[in-house]
Amino acid sequence: MLAAIRPDSWSFPLLLHVLGASVLVGGLVVAVAAQFLGWRRPDDADAFGRVAFRALLFVAFPAWWVMRVGGQWIYSKEGLDELDPEPDWVGVGFVTADFGGLLLLVSIVLAGLGVRGQKSVLGRIATVLAAIVLVAYLVATWAMTAKPD
Amino acid sequence: MPVSRYDWLLFLHVLAAFSLVAAEVLFSFIILGSRNLDVPSDVARIFRLSRFGDVLVNAGAIGVLVFGIWLAIDVDEYQIWDGWIIAALVLWALFAEVGRRVGRIYNPARDRARALVAENRNEPSAELNAILRSKAGLVLQAASVVVVLLFLIDMIYKPGA
Repeated sequence: MLAAIRPDSWSFPLLLHVLGASVLVGGLVVAVAAQFLGWRRPDDADAFGRVAFRALLFVAFPAWWVMRVGGQWIYSKEGLDELDPEPDWVGVGFVTADFGGLLLLVSIVLAGLGVRGQKSVLGRIATVLAAIVLVAYLVATWAMTAKPD
Repeated sequence: MPVSRYDWLLFLHVLAAFSLVAAEVLFSFIILGSRNLDVPSDVARIFRLSRFGDVLVNAGAIGVLVFGIWLAIDVDEYQIWDGWIIAALVLWALFAEVGRRVGRIYNPARDRARALVAENRNEPSAELNAILRSKAGLVLQAASVVVVLLFLIDMIYKPGA
């Protein structure tokens, strides 16, 4: 029951948005979990660093695009772009999506450099950034569903 | 405007659904990532991630069911016997059964890898790799992903509502 009954034409963009967001969260969870295990077991840090990098690059990054494109599509379908002023929850969604996307990109680069150069400090920074993005997206999920004004 | 009980229930329902999808992503990562492994310590290592998956899948499965039924009771427009809600309940049961079967294939591989590591027998194991390359396991995991996708489609399109 993701939302109240709505016109059929809104459903596909909403499906894309929700599917992208949920897979994005999944990719971030895998990356953060792998890096966390790597921190706890330094002998396995390289292997878990590779898992984290792949989760960010091959799961979270494409999912971010699906979430963002679906979000923009449903935004115009619902006519939210014609509202003045825009509801607060829409602003929260845009800020977390775009700023989170930037942080995600930085974390992918750092995780990749960490794996390539076997520099665990870069992997750790990437983990912290990915964890921040994950928390931000959970807050955004609250804003999207609860729609506080 | 204050956040209503409906809004909170919806948030918790969606959060549980995200937890379920995150678990699916994690288990898919483990299953695909372990297919080319045959060294017991490598297999045991990647399966350490499954502990997070177990927590996510249990929390997600219980959460979507409890908050979903609560929403169906709470919202006047929906009834628990609506076709799309019954479809969701059937998909939930199917997801649980498919997940149980996936576990029955891969948990023995995880346990065997841990046992071999404990016995200091870390040489490549063809037996271990044969379990990890199980076609049935891969097909069942793909089926599990499809069920979750159908779940999302059902929730958003609400056929018959």
